[in-house]
Parts: sequence; C-alpha cells; structure tokens
Amino acid sequence: MVQISLRNEADEVRQSSGLASIAADLSSDQRAFKNVSWGKAMMWIFLLSDTFVFSCFLISYMTARMSTTVPWPNPSEVFALEIGGTSFPLLLIAIMTFVLISSSGTMAMAVNYGYRRDRVTTAMLMLATAVLGAAFVGMQAFEWTKLIHEGVRPWENPWGAAQFGSSFFMITGFHGTHVTFGVIFLIAIARKVLRGDFDTGRRGFFTSRKGSYESVEIMGLYWHFVDLVWVFIFAFFYLW
Amino acid sequence: MTHVATHDTAQHPIRLYFVVWGWLFVLSTCSYLVDYFHLQGHLRYSLILLFMMLKAGLIVAVFMHMAWERLTLVYAILLPVGAVLVFVAIMVLESDYTLLTRTVNPGLL
Repeated sequence: MVQISLRNEADEVRQSSGLASIAADLSSDQRAFKNVSWGKAMMWIFLLSDTFVFSCFLISYMTARMSTTVPWPNPSEVFALEIGGTSFPLLLIAIMTFVLISSSGTMAMAVNYGYRRDRVTTAMLMLATAVLGAAFVGMQAFEWTKLIHEGVRPWENPWGAAQFGSSFFMITGFHGTHVTFGVIFLIAIARKVLRGDFDTGRRGFFTSRKGSYESVEIMGLYWHFVDLVWVFIFAFFYLW
Repeated sequence: MTHVATHDTAQHPIRLYFVVWGWLFVLSTCSYLVDYFHLQGHLRYSLILLFMMLKAGLIVAVFMHMAWERLTLVYAILLPVGAVLVFVAIMVLESDYTLLTRTVNPGLL
C-alpha cells in the first residue's frame, strides 16, 4: 500500500515538470525509462542505430556529391516520367511519397484501433498499410528497372558523376529492403491481431512473451520510421 | 502498469490522425512544387529543408507518439541524433578539401 501511494506521487512529479521528471527517471534505481515497456524501448534503440546507418549512407552521398569535379545528374530530369508524350519531372517519386505517407496514416489509425481492442478494424488497417507498402516497393522495382535499362550502374551512368549510381542503388536499395521487411512484419502482426492473440495473451513467434496491443504500436514505430527516412531521402536525393 | 502505459496513447481522436495525414500531403505537395517551378539557389534549399523538417516533426511527434512519451526517453533518442549534425559539418569540411585538391590536380576525379 505504502509503495503504491509513493509510486503514484512520484509519477505525478514526473508528469508535471520537465527537468524534475528527467532527474527522477535517471535517479531511479530500477530502470531509467519508468513506465516505458521493454519492447518499446528496444524498438527505439534499434531505430536509433538504424538512424545512424541511414545517416552514414546519406552523409557519404553528400561527401561524394560535394567532392566530385564531374557534374552531378539532374534528378528532376533523371526521374521524370513520360505520359502521353509529356514529361513530368519527378512524378513517380511524388506518387511513391504520397503512397508511403498514406501507409503511415493507416498505420497510425491501426495503432489507435488496437488500443480500442477493435480486432477487425486494426487488422484491416494494417493490411491496408501492407498493401500500400508493397505498392511502394513495386514502384521502386519499376524505377530501378527503368534506370538499369538507361545504363545506370553502381560504377557509371550516362549523365555524369559515376557516384550517382552507387549512391542511388545503395540508399534506395537499403530503404526498399526496410519497406519489404516491414510489409512482412505487418502481415505477421495483423494475423496475430485477427486471431485474437493479443486478447488471449498467446505466446508465439515475435511475441514469445505474452503479447499485448502495444505490439501494434511497436510495429507502427518501425513503419513510421521507414516513412521518416523516406522524407530525408526525398529531400536530399531527389529534390536537392 | 498496463493501464498507465496505454492511458496516454489510447485516448486520441481519429480526427487528429487525419489532420496530420492531410498536412503531410500538403507539405509533400509543397516540396514537389519547389522542383516543379524550378526554384533555384538559397530559396530552393531552404524551402526543401523547411518542408522536410516539418514533415519529419509531424511524423515523429504524432504518428510515433513522441509528443506523449517520457522526457527521458525523448532526450535519449534526440540527443544522439544531434551528433549526426556534427558529423555532417565535419564531412562538409572534408569534401570541400577533397574538391580543392581535385581542382588543383585535374588528373584526379
């Protein structure tokens, strides 16, 4: 009883003021992230490490682009799409961006419905997210095919600096891999939601401990991160 | 415990997500229009960065629920990311130097 009342009081202190809450968290002898589940903390730590990997790729692309004396290809023209004889700059990339943002929207709503314990809506929204993600990867496969036909290789391209090819395949390839794994991850969790695993606390693959609807939020963190990385790739690789 | 953990995240109205979704569409369209209208120079780059940061902020704060996370977790995530900016600055200096040496010795690519 005493412990519980102390805990509530301490929680209130942490919620109420900024610095005091950080001091209370860091001075607590059990764990630094009070009330943050291990699953969520681990996903954030993974995403932080992934941030560094993507940062290294984008920074090495920046370094290559800034230090080459050969002209850099104009992405606006390279990624233009011709429809009915008219050339639209960056059209495919814009569509891919909207598709990925929409998938983030459906994912955020899936998390919300998960906490309302609405199994069917949550699963359907997650599957919609997976379909949009798969559509994104499909368009990326189309983009790769088009560029490979035009002669882009990791070591050369028809329009100038050879580093363009290596940067393109490395950055978009690594991102596409993330999307692909995300789609698989989404389908796996959606199946668990639909089967009611998170209501019964069933144990299993990816939830070898008893699962809860927080798994949907943790899955969502990964998916939004993939969208987040695309925001930076869109800005630095396609628009810059 | 479970009650405390889910309390913050369960209460948002769906409308909030539609609003953020709409803003992400608007900001992406703005980014695209920067290219479409062939804006150049400092205006182009500052607009690209502005729209990028706004989009990233919305995704992290609302979609990834960071606005409702504990401050300790928020700082544990954001401070290391800040170090990336230092790395960027170092590599800008490095690539400027590389470009200089390549310009002075035109035989090099």
